[in-house]
Formats: sequence, structure tokens, C-alpha cells
Amino acid sequence: MLHAAFLMILLPLAGSCVLAAVGRKLGNPRAGWLATAMVAASFVLSVAVFSSLAGRASNQRSFTQVLFTWIPVGDLHVRIGLLIDPLSMTMALFVTGVSALIHLYSIGYMSHDEQFPKFFTYLNLFVASMLVLVLADNFLFSFLGWEGVGLCSYLLVAFWFDRDSAASAGKKAFIVNRIGDFGFLLAMLLIFTKLGTLNYHGVFAHLGQLSHGTITAIVLLLFLGAAGKSAQLPLFTWLPDAMEGPTPVSALIHAATMVTAGVYLMVRVSPMLHLAQGASLVVAAVGVATAFVAASIACAQDDVKKVLAYSTVSQLGYMFLAVGTGAYVAAIFLMICHAFYKGLLFLGAGSLIHGLHDEQDLKLMGGLRKMMPLTFVTFGVAWLAIAGVPPFAAFWSKGDVLVSAFSYSPFLYAVGALTAVLTAYYMGREFFLAFYGPERWRKSFAARSGEPHDPSWVMKLPLVVLAVASAFAGLINLPFHPAWDFLATWLAPVVGSVLVHANVGTAGRWELAIGDAVLAFAGVGVAWKLWSKRWDRPELEPAVLRAGWGIDAMYDTLVAKTGTALSLFAATTIDTSLIDAAVNGVASAVRSTGESVRRLQTGFVRSYALGVMLGLVLLLVWMLTRAVS
Amino acid sequence: MTPQLSIPHVSYLAILPELFMIAGALVLVLAASLLRRRPSATFNTAVAVVVSGGALVASVFLWYNVADHGSRTTMAGSIAVDGFSAFFLVLLSSAALLSALVADGYLRAERIRGPEYHVLAMLAVSGAMLMASATDLIAIFLGLEVLSIALYVLTGLDVRRGESREAAMKYFVLGAFSSAVFLYGIALVYGATGSTNLAEIAKFLTENALVSNGVLLAGTALVIVGFAFKIAAVPFHMWTPDVYQGAPTPVTAFMAAVAKAGGFAALLRVFYSSLFTLRADWQPIIWALAAASMVLGAIMAVVQRDVKRMLAYSSINHAGLILLGLEAATAKGMSGSLYYLFAYALLVIASFAVVNVVGGTKGNDLERYRGLASRQPVLAGAFALLLLAQAGVPFTAGFLAKFYVISAVIASGSYALAVVAMVSVVIAAFFYLRVVLVMFTPGTETAGVGAGAATASVGGGPSDVEGHGALTTESDMSGITAGRVEAAGAGAVAVLADGLGDSEPVGEDVVSVPIPTAFVIAASVGFTVFFGIIASPLVNFAHAATLLF
Repeated sequence: MLHAAFLMILLPLAGSCVLAAVGRKLGNPRAGWLATAMVAASFVLSVAVFSSLAGRASNQRSFTQVLFTWIPVGDLHVRIGLLIDPLSMTMALFVTGVSALIHLYSIGYMSHDEQFPKFFTYLNLFVASMLVLVLADNFLFSFLGWEGVGLCSYLLVAFWFDRDSAASAGKKAFIVNRIGDFGFLLAMLLIFTKLGTLNYHGVFAHLGQLSHGTITAIVLLLFLGAAGKSAQLPLFTWLPDAMEGPTPVSALIHAATMVTAGVYLMVRVSPMLHLAQGASLVVAAVGVATAFVAASIACAQDDVKKVLAYSTVSQLGYMFLAVGTGAYVAAIFLMICHAFYKGLLFLGAGSLIHGLHDEQDLKLMGGLRKMMPLTFVTFGVAWLAIAGVPPFAAFWSKGDVLVSAFSYSPFLYAVGALTAVLTAYYMGREFFLAFYGPERWRKSFAARSGEPHDPSWVMKLPLVVLAVASAFAGLINLPFHPAWDFLATWLAPVVGSVLVHANVGTAGRWELAIGDAVLAFAGVGVAWKLWSKRWDRPELEPAVLRAGWGIDAMYDTLVAKTGTALSLFAATTIDTSLIDAAVNGVASAVRSTGESVRRLQTGFVRSYALGVMLGLVLLLVWMLTRAVS
Repeated sequence: MTPQLSIPHVSYLAILPELFMIAGALVLVLAASLLRRRPSATFNTAVAVVVSGGALVASVFLWYNVADHGSRTTMAGSIAVDGFSAFFLVLLSSAALLSALVADGYLRAERIRGPEYHVLAMLAVSGAMLMASATDLIAIFLGLEVLSIALYVLTGLDVRRGESREAAMKYFVLGAFSSAVFLYGIALVYGATGSTNLAEIAKFLTENALVSNGVLLAGTALVIVGFAFKIAAVPFHMWTPDVYQGAPTPVTAFMAAVAKAGGFAALLRVFYSSLFTLRADWQPIIWALAAASMVLGAIMAVVQRDVKRMLAYSSINHAGLILLGLEAATAKGMSGSLYYLFAYALLVIASFAVVNVVGGTKGNDLERYRGLASRQPVLAGAFALLLLAQAGVPFTAGFLAKFYVISAVIASGSYALAVVAMVSVVIAAFFYLRVVLVMFTPGTETAGVGAGAATASVGGGPSDVEGHGALTTESDMSGITAGRVEAAGAGAVAVLADGLGDSEPVGEDVVSVPIPTAFVIAASVGFTVFFGIIASPLVNFAHAATLLF
């Protein structure tokens, strides 16, 4: 079964190719069903591969499948291979699972869109790229997937490219990610020059040959890449803008899967992180700072999707906090739970937007619990899950992160705990603004017929499945008893066993767990107190938070404006007078040489024979100079 | 004492592919002359395809035979049974198979009934095969002549077209000239070393230090001229544009693939195995030939408006790149050249197959390709891919071919040549991309027809070799301005027509693609994409071919 792993990638890729070729003929909704079937098949396959991997002894659970060698010239061997191990299969499993659900949801959500087949072409291509990223057995192949998901993200954010904001959001996502990718590239070059290989196993086996400084540099460069892809300080500004894309895209790419690629990369190189404590501290510090800053911004946003976007940034910050403090299992655990509840929140938001005919402003919603009961219930579950209310998912996963942070440094824990309260609060605010209070949407809705209502079953089913998953995802890694740490045991061959608990002790864990629950209830309670009855509280939404701490504006002044000025200078002065002149000069030189040489091509046999003769004489003269006599 | 003639032992297995080809040719000639009813075109093509297929199977068999039993020589040491020859036998029989399929469509469209095309093509392939497996200069010369003479006739196959006759005449005169030079070179080498056998020559050169090597070096130079003419390296290339353009398009495809492969096979073998000790003397010559071919081929292709002529110059550019492997004179360079030849042969056959169906007999002005993508997206897409592969875009076999030979010269230290190669590839990208751009730019049909007609009217001049040559040249040199004026005028007309609301393409410009041709194009596209992504099998094949010398 393990040998069929490549089919996981091939199926969505084939789907994408087929849709690109005949998507228009298939039309709406058959194109969507084809894409969904491909991803669903990929999910089934990954379940099969996963279980056959689980059937092996725990020290046998790493399997490399070399598919082919792309460039086998000389010393350079670019191998295309898959690494099937517990980490990659965990990723593959939840990526395909969540993707399949969101594909299904999109059939309903995008049903009125004219570019319906194109949407699914990109979506399938995204899933294939994401699987390349997580299943690759070397940095370069992973990087191919990394760029692939970046490309799909760009295409899908700018999917409604006729809107200016969507087009510029797409560009922003692309450019900010380039900065991160630059770090990734440099890290790869550094690894290759030092070790001569880019294979994960090969690199980790020879870490002893690297100096401490080199490892730190590699980790920090990789983290730059991860910070770009996973929207961490200071590169997070693209993610809120990326909400211009269709909501299923936000759910799939900008919440559940692609943005977690940075976390995956960090966990993948955990053997390096172990050896670079200083770099790990940087990762943890950036993570917790991002978590706090983004959570505070989320408290003051009005756009239903912007709140979720900042919330995603904040949750990703938690994951990096976990990675930086050595709790790799907790990072993956939170990533999985987050995929469920954040995917659900986005799909719920999509359901709201769909029901209200593209209204995204929370201040123009309200009282929707009666009209959209299913959305209300599932969104509520997701809220409690992200807030960390026991026994929902984030209580367990965020709890693990906080335990690890506590054992590392009380300060990190304090910021993390404060962020936890904020998380419960801002999500509660969104929940109450959408589903409680006066029905503020009636004013704009009056012109249209009918009431907002729950969507069709293709959109409902993913909501229900994800709600169940959000409620019970904690079960995969319960603390308190070693036999219940399923995820930790499963991932142990890749990331090593979890050591942090030793510092805290069982009693300490209980105390922290109770503390977490108290924090969660505090946030929920505050949100209920402040927002369940009233909806207009400008005093709680300071301008600095509404403007996202002014970070975007700062970039605009410092980077974009000066950059534009510089580019304009380059475009008008340097480009035209220097580069264009050079290029045009070369081109016209080529052309004029061609035109003059062409005169030799007279068409007369005698002149051709003369050419042969001249060449012959030249050769003979050369040989005469070489002759010994 | 009566002179005794000893007949060497003949290993029929070693020359099985050649025998297939010759037997096929004989069958077709006999069938045409003995049967009461003239055999149909289908029969002729079927025989050619079956025979080429048989030769392909025999070549593959030979490859495994060599892999199992090692390489050896037979026929008194004049024929090699080694990986190198097996590689070329596979390449040549594949090329023969594909070009027979391309020719089928052409012969039907032109209503050429006789078996001549296939007979001559099969004989030419047998000559090229002989060149690939010969290890004796005389045997190489024999192969060269069998190949060349058949090609002269093939070039002039379309006797009704003046250009075809003119091209045949030019090719024959210049080809005979270069053959004479080649033969003289062989004589000089023989005079200096006392043998025409490659192994003997190599042995002589390693065991003896020559007091005076002028004769040997002169002979080497003349041999290079003979080969350089066959592979169309600058400055021995001047026949190429005229002949490629004048010959019937399937013949051009055949010539570009088979003749070049045969010429390169013998060139690489002679210089890498036999005259290797003289490499300090011939490497600079190859350096110069390669550099000149790459640069001039690319530059001259840029200024062409006739797609067929442009591809002719592009094949000169390719020849320069393939020479890089010989210039490196390393195992890596050799396998790079072999890989390049394989990729190039399949690409060029399919490219000319597209030219054949699009241009037909109406001429191949670039304007005929305008808007092809909107009329026939699949055909235009395939042609675009073939051109991009020739330009060396990654994930096609063409990319790796260029990467391979350029990295070989870098590894051997010829950095300047590598830079020249890369510059030429950049220039070459321009004219490939221009065709792609034209295909994907919607245009007006009037422009295409007008320019095509203009070229055709100038082209159909008198049949006198020199006179007609002059006329062709005139159209060649004035083609661009004339075309521009035409296009501009037609553009203005089109704008007016657009205003009237009717600018739909005319139906007759949708060309029909015969199924065999479509198969060839699809096979080549599949080949280049597959080996562009999964390169190792073909790379290993080329690599093993150089090991099993």
C-alpha cells in the first residue's frame, strides 16, 4: 500500500489537468464533482497508506519512495522522492480530509460563479502542491510544492481579479511570500554547499558536520520562509488582505492547510532546532508576539472574515510558540485541531455571507440564529472549540502549548495565557454580533425577496462533519495518561519523545489545565456580558487596533512608497536609458548581423562551394601551424 | 601464386537492422515492378513502417545483446557491435518509423503514387546505420555515400516544383564536392598511419611518435570538412537553408533527423575513439565550428520569415550545440551529445510534420501561422510545445539536452564556449517564441493569404539553377519588408472589415491533420514531456551507450 502513496498527489493533479483541458465542457456542477471526487479518492488513499504505516513496528515507520531522478547529470542528482513517515502522513491525512470537505462545500458556494470550472482547477492543483510539500523527501521537492501552493494562493486570492482590491491582495500575498521564500532558498543553498545533499534523512544524518553557527543560520533562514508562508510578525500583513479570495479558499488555504506549511517545515527540521537553542527562542518569541498582536487586532475588526484572518495569524503564533519551546507534538496537535475549527469558522462565515448575499460587515448582521439554525449551532461549537472551553478541541491542544511554554519560561506562558483570554473574547464578539442582537441586515435586505436561510446540503454536510471533528479532536492526544497520548506516541519516531512534561509534573498539569479552563470561561463570559445585548461599542474598538497597530500603514510608507519611488526611477531612468538601450542594442546588432550575413547566402552554388573551400583552407592553415616537421 | 580473396565471417545479427531496411526497399521495388496492379500508398507505407519497426526491435535486441555479451567487432573489424552503434540503430529506426508516417500524409496529399519515397528513405537509413556501426573509414564512406545519394534523389522528389529540383541539384553538387574532400582526407590518414581501420589507427597513433605529422593533420582536417558538411556546421552549412526549404517537407524532416544522426555518429566515433590522441589539434577546430554554428545559426534564424527556413537555421544552431559534447571530449560530453541527438531527432521530425500540414504546398511564411491557436488549438499547442522544447524550456527533453552538453563543456573547462552556447540559446529562444506568439495572436486571414501568395509568386521562377537561385535570394532578402507592407495593408483592410462586423477566419484555412502525422506529433510531444520530467531512463541509455564503446 505504501507504494501507492504517489497516487495521493497524482489524483488531484490529474483532476486539475483534466479540468484545465475540458473543465468548460464539463461545466457547473460536474467540474466541481470531479474535483471533489479526486480529492476524496486521495483522502481514502491516504487513510489506507496511513493504516498500513500504522501496521508497522514503530521504528519501521519511515519509508522513502524514490519516484524518479529528474536531472541525473554528473554529481547533480535531483531526485524526486516521497518520504512516508508518521509526520508526513498525519499532515496528508488532515490535508486531504479537510480539502475534500471544502471542495464539497465549494460546489454550493461557487454555484453562481461564471468561472466555476477554473476555480476547481486551481483548487485541485492546490491540493496536489500541498501534498508535494508535505510528502517530499527533500528540501528542493518540498520547495516545489511550497512555490506551488504560493502560486495557487495567488491565483485564488485574485480569483475575482476584476475587483481592484482582490487583484492587489493577490499581488501583496505573492510579494510578501517572496521575501520568505528568499530565506528558504538561501537556507537550501547553505545546506547544499555544506553537506552536498538536500535529502531530509541525508541532512539530518550529517548534522554533526555543521558548526553551531551554520545550523542557527539555516534555522533562522528557514524560519524566515516559514514566517512568510505562515503569516508571522513582521510578514503577517498579507493574510488579512488575502480574505479577498472566495471564502472556501480562505478556509482551505488561509486557515487549514497552506498557512500551516511553515509550522510543518519547522517540525520537519526539528533535529536542527534541537541543536540551535538560540534560534528556537527566536521562533518562540516571534510566535507568542504574533499570537498576542493578532489577537488584539481581531478584537476590533468589523469584517467577519478579517476577524477570522487575524485569529488564524494568532493561532499560528501559538503553533510557533510550541515549536520554539520544543513541543513539536503540541504544534501538530494544535494544527490539526485548528484546521477543523478554523475551517469550520470560515465555512460558517461563508454560509453567513452566502445567506446575506455577500454582506461581510458584522455590524450589518445580527439575530441570525433563528434563520440559520445549523450555521448558528456549528459556529457556536467552533467558537467554544477555539476558545478552549473544555472538553472541546483547543482546550487540549492549546493546553499542551501553554504547558510547554510554562516549562520553558513563565513570561512566554503569561503572554500566551493573556492571548487565550483575548481569543475567547474576540470570537465571542463575532458570534454575538452575527447571531444575536437586532436584525441590522433588514435595511439593506428589504429590497430582495425572502429571508436569509441555511445553505443547501452540500454546504451543510461539511459544517456538520467539521463541527463533530472540532468537538472531539482533543481525543487524539489526551494528557494525564501515557497510553492516551496517541499523537505523541505516533509522532515520536520523527520528533522524539515529549520531554517537557517532566518539568511540570502531573499535579502541575492539572493546575494549568484548570487555569486554562478558567481563562476560556473568562473570555467567553466577558464577550457575553459586553456583546450579547449591545452591538455598537466604539469605546471597545480603539482606532489603533482597528488599524492593525498601524503595521500595514508603516509598510506602506516605509517600503511601498519608497519602493515605488525607487522603481519609478528605475523604470524611467535606468531602464529606458541603460537596460532597454542595451537590450535593444543587442537585438538590433543580432538583426543587422543577420541581415548582412544573409547577403552571403546568395543562392548560387558557386558561392556555397567557395564557402566550403574557404573553410577548408582555414582548417588546413590551422593544422599547418600545429604540424611538427 | 594466385591472389587469395578471403571472405570475412559475416555476423548477420550485427547488421540485422541494416538488412531489414535494405530488404524492405527491395520488397517495395519488386512489388511495384512485378505486381500487375501498382501497390497502393497504404501498402507502401505499411511496408516501410513494418520494416522500420522490425529494425527497431532488432536494434533493441542488439542493445541487450551487447549489454549481456559485451561489445565486439565483426566483418574483419569493420563493423562494431557495441552500445554506441546500438544506440544509434535505435535512434535511426525510430526516426525512420516516424518519418515514414509523416511522409504518408504528404504523398497522399501530393498524389505521388510510386514507392520511390519509401525505397529511397529506407536505403538512406541503411546508409546512416552503416555510418553508425562502421569502424573502418572506408565503411563509413560507403555508408555516407549510400545515405547521400538517396538523399539527393529524395530532395528532388517533387519534380513538379522548381525549388525541389533546384535544391536537389545544389545538394548534389556540393555533396559530391564534400564527399571528394572526405575521401581525400581518408586517403591522407591512410597514408600517414597505414590503415583505414579505426582501431588500427588508434593503435598506431599511441604506439608511434610521428616525426612529421603534416599529412595526418591535413587528412584529419579534410575528414572534419566531410563530416561538418553532412551535419551542417558553419561554415560548411550554406547548402542547408536552400535544401531544407526546397526539399519536400517530409524529406526535410527525414534529412534533419537521419542525416544528422548518421553524420554525428561517425564523427563522434572517429574522433573520440580513433583520433583521440590528436585531440589537442582538432579540439580548437571543433570549438570554432561549434561556436560559429551556434551563433550564426541562431542569428540567421532570427531574420527569417519562412518557418521552414527558420527551422533549417535552427538545426544549424542545434548542430553547434551537439558539437559541444565532442569539444569536451569526455565521456560526459559524449553521452550529452547522444542524448541531445535523440531528443533533437524526435523533436525535429515532429516540428517539420507540423510545418508539413500547416504549410502544405502553399508556402511556409510566418503569417500562415497567425491565429493558428484559435483555429486549431491542439495543433498549435503541440507545435508550441515542440518549439519550446527546442528552445530548451525546463520540463522538456530539450532543456536537459542543452543542460547536459553545456555542463559537459563547463566540466572540461571550456568556459568561453559555454558562455557562447548560452548566449546563442537566448537568441534562439527569440525566434522559437516568435512563432509561438504569432500562433497565439489572433490575426486576420487576409494577411496570411496575401503574404503567402506573394512568396509563392516570386518563388515559382524558371528552373535554371543559377537563375532561379538568384530569384529565390531576392525573395529571401526582400521578404521582410514585403511581408510587413502586406501585413500593414491587410491590417488596415481588416480593421475596416472588422468595422463591418465580419472578420471570421475562412474555413479553408483549417488544415486537416492526417492520422499518421497526428500520431507522430503526439508521440514526439509525449516523448519530450515524459523524458523532460522523468529524465533518467534516456540519460542512462545515452550514458550506457558511451560506456559500451
